[in-house]
Amino acid sequence: MRVVEKRQLLSAEEIGRTLQRLAHEIVEKSGGTKDLALIGVRRRGVPLSQRLASIIRTSSSVNVPVGTLDITLYRDDLSTVAHQPVVQSNEIEFPVDDRDIVLVDDVLYTGRTVRAAMNGLFDLGRPRRIRLCVLIDRGHRELPVEATFVGSTIQTSDTEIVEVRLQEIDGEERVMLVDRIS
Amino acid sequence: MLQRLEHVLGIENLTREQITFILDQSKPFQEFQRHPLKKLATLRGKTVALAFFEPSTRTRISFATAAARLGADTMNLQAESSSLKKGESLLDTVRTLEAMRPDGIVIRHSSSGAPHFVAERLEVPVLNAGDGTHEHPTQALLDALTIRDRKGKLEGLNVAILGDILHSRVARSDIQLFGKFGARITLCGPAMWVPRELESLGPNIRREPRIERALDEADVIIVLRVQTERMHEPALAAEEFILGYQLTSERLRLARPEALVLHPGPMIRGLEIDPVVADGAQSCVLEQVTNGLAVRMALLYHLVGGAPVDAPHPAKERSNAAD
Amino acid sequence: MLLIKNGRVLDPSSRTDAALDMLLDGERIAQVGANIAAEGVEIFDAKGLIVAPGFIDLHCHLREPGQEMSETIETGTRAAARGGFTAVCCMPNTLPVNDNASVTRGIVERAAAVASVRVWPIGAASVGSKGEALAEIAAMKDAGIVGVSDDGRPVASARLMRQVMDYCRALDLPVIDHCEDASLFAGGVMREGPTSMRLGLKGIPAESESICAGRDVEIAGLTGARLHIAHMSSLGALEYVRHAKKSGLHVTCEVTPHHFTLTDEDVRYDTNYKMNPPLASRADRDALIQGLADGSVDSIATDHAPHHPGSKDVEFDRAPFGITGFETALALGLSGLVHAGKISLMRMVELFTSGPARVLGKERKLAAGEPADVTIFSTEQAWTFRAADSPSKSRNTPFDGRSFRGAAMATIVGGRIVYRREAAARA
Repeated sequence: MRVVEKRQLLSAEEIGRTLQRLAHEIVEKSGGTKDLALIGVRRRGVPLSQRLASIIRTSSSVNVPVGTLDITLYRDDLSTVAHQPVVQSNEIEFPVDDRDIVLVDDVLYTGRTVRAAMNGLFDLGRPRRIRLCVLIDRGHRELPVEATFVGSTIQTSDTEIVEVRLQEIDGEERVMLVDRIS
Repeated sequence: MLQRLEHVLGIENLTREQITFILDQSKPFQEFQRHPLKKLATLRGKTVALAFFEPSTRTRISFATAAARLGADTMNLQAESSSLKKGESLLDTVRTLEAMRPDGIVIRHSSSGAPHFVAERLEVPVLNAGDGTHEHPTQALLDALTIRDRKGKLEGLNVAILGDILHSRVARSDIQLFGKFGARITLCGPAMWVPRELESLGPNIRREPRIERALDEADVIIVLRVQTERMHEPALAAEEFILGYQLTSERLRLARPEALVLHPGPMIRGLEIDPVVADGAQSCVLEQVTNGLAVRMALLYHLVGGAPVDAPHPAKERSNAAD
Repeated sequence: MLLIKNGRVLDPSSRTDAALDMLLDGERIAQVGANIAAEGVEIFDAKGLIVAPGFIDLHCHLREPGQEMSETIETGTRAAARGGFTAVCCMPNTLPVNDNASVTRGIVERAAAVASVRVWPIGAASVGSKGEALAEIAAMKDAGIVGVSDDGRPVASARLMRQVMDYCRALDLPVIDHCEDASLFAGGVMREGPTSMRLGLKGIPAESESICAGRDVEIAGLTGARLHIAHMSSLGALEYVRHAKKSGLHVTCEVTPHHFTLTDEDVRYDTNYKMNPPLASRADRDALIQGLADGSVDSIATDHAPHHPGSKDVEFDRAPFGITGFETALALGLSGLVHAGKISLMRMVELFTSGPARVLGKERKLAAGEPADVTIFSTEQAWTFRAADSPSKSRNTPFDGRSFRGAAMATIVGGRIVYRREAAARA
């Protein structure tokens, strides 16, 4: 698939500032951090969740536990892919029951990933509450899913793709809007 | 590029990379066994036929549980109840299965080569759950996973296999697998059960009729069942066998200090294995059972899920889907 | 009258290898000579082809009476003709077993009515081939058998084998034994060795055959009978035969094309590789080829063993033993032995003609007055064997789809052309 970059949505610095703001929002709107936990959705939700936890630790001196969720087994499109995608393990060291969970992902689009993530969480226990934190909300929902904590909302068309690049995974830091060329 | 798995008929035809891939993919399913809710929808709508033409409780339940936890339905074909007992041929049973359109077939059969027979004739993934005295690939894979978890590696181990090697498909699969990872394999049992030709199954295999020498320097000891169904030829009195080949604590001490003891089960305590050893710290039998579930879930996930092999590969339109 | 012109006549009995013509008159050969001229006769142009005495197959299964689903005398002999055979010896393990004169007569009469080639039945050695009581061998001889055998199994009792040999010596009939030790064979399905280990299939050691062959040779020494070892597959049995010949005993043997072509390493989960005796080791195969070359082996025989497709389409363990063989025998002989430089063309022809004839106490030659049984073949004709095109009812062969260089071009029995390769098929 060939793509062409249309414009940059967030620079490295802007990503940093957005995460700062999101971290503070999470603390403010949680009514206490006692049961709070962040769970990053593989792949790019993971470094984002870890950075948010780090910011919270620095600014509020609170250690919010962080976990990783792999949603491969919960996807709803497995019967249409010819090859089964490679599965990875979750890494959630704390019990999920009665937790105030914030799911963290890079982009919210159709909502199917979040639906799968919730299914995965329910297999692990019964959280008290699940809310969603994303860096970018690009619209085009296909399921009734909403994000409580949003870095940036942008209008996109169906052919466009929001590409998030993070240091931990991609070796660079930016968010771009790219267009597909057929 | 890892060659895609279409069937799993034996270890012989799997590459080292494919085996490593299967073991790696079993890890998430190991973790899964610790979830409070062990039910996925991943293979929902798929049906797995469990065609067990030989009596088996443990393996059948393991596969049935693996399928169920993945959300698949199962069709049960057991020799006692199937028309196979009434003389229906394997070919006809295969045609019947085909008409019921399963998405995967797990087959255990007393004839070596039966899974190949089925795989050649049906457009359905086939998983060998044990054929005659040929192979039992999932057993070897779960043995490998158990050993890799405990030892941290599979390469260059000294593996001793004890018992009736000649009639053991578990032994053959283990020999194939550990041979691919550079193991030094020692086969030990009464001479009639350990013929010379077994040494041709791999690059570094030796026979040693004395258990004391066989266990020297061993990292892994695989104790085989003393079978009643697949008759030992010749039969050996229990006392004879125990005298020469029972794995006692004393004999276990001749191996390396951290040597692992594996057994495909079910064990006859006091026959091939001393109960103290079976329950001791070096015994891995319980992990083997859990790992069996994980390995079988990983295999069913990769073989049974997904579109048919010849379906057009969907363009990955949504690159913002989980990656 | 039929005039075969321009061919290269190869006759092992007289060691003739020359460009000669041959005139056939009715059922006999009228003349063999250079540049025969004759008016108003059918001419067969054998340019570039070998003209040999009619091939004889000492060992085959025609399945009639009783197993006509797999083959009949009619379909089997049509396949034999396509392979260049002019006479075949059919084994008695039919249903009922050919252990008495009336079954023998039935076979002979049926063959007279529908067979494409000569059918010389082999009678059972024991009643029902059960290995207990002597069969009515003298009566069967009158009805037309040319030898006795309990093929399918050995004559297990040494005492009975001695009685059979004594009796047959007096009747001047060869005793043909399928050499096997039942306790060593015990449920085996292929040769014991590295391949049987790998495939997890029960193995049969070579000694199952050689022990029985050795025993038979001893009894042949005791009785002075004519012993013929059927489908010999092992070096061990060959050694006993060599020893017997050196001692002046009337011991002969045959080897099948699959045993001088394939080995146990070729076996896979495909019942077209399951036969008895099983495919043997490389050392055995090489020893058999050596024996074919040095005269220790007297004959090539096909052991054509048809099984209708349904019966072979089962698990390896459960499949019946046997493969077909009429149509591939000559081609395998040419490619594996002659083209490979192991034996001469003359020697190969001997293994198909005068060799088997001698085992039966007959002669096979191209001379005036002899029966007009002629096999005309090409050493170069390229063709591909397709089991589906065979007139045999069965398809059980490991050679389906194999391409060959060399084929039977025409088969003549009693002066009649019973098979002729079409010009169109010469592709």
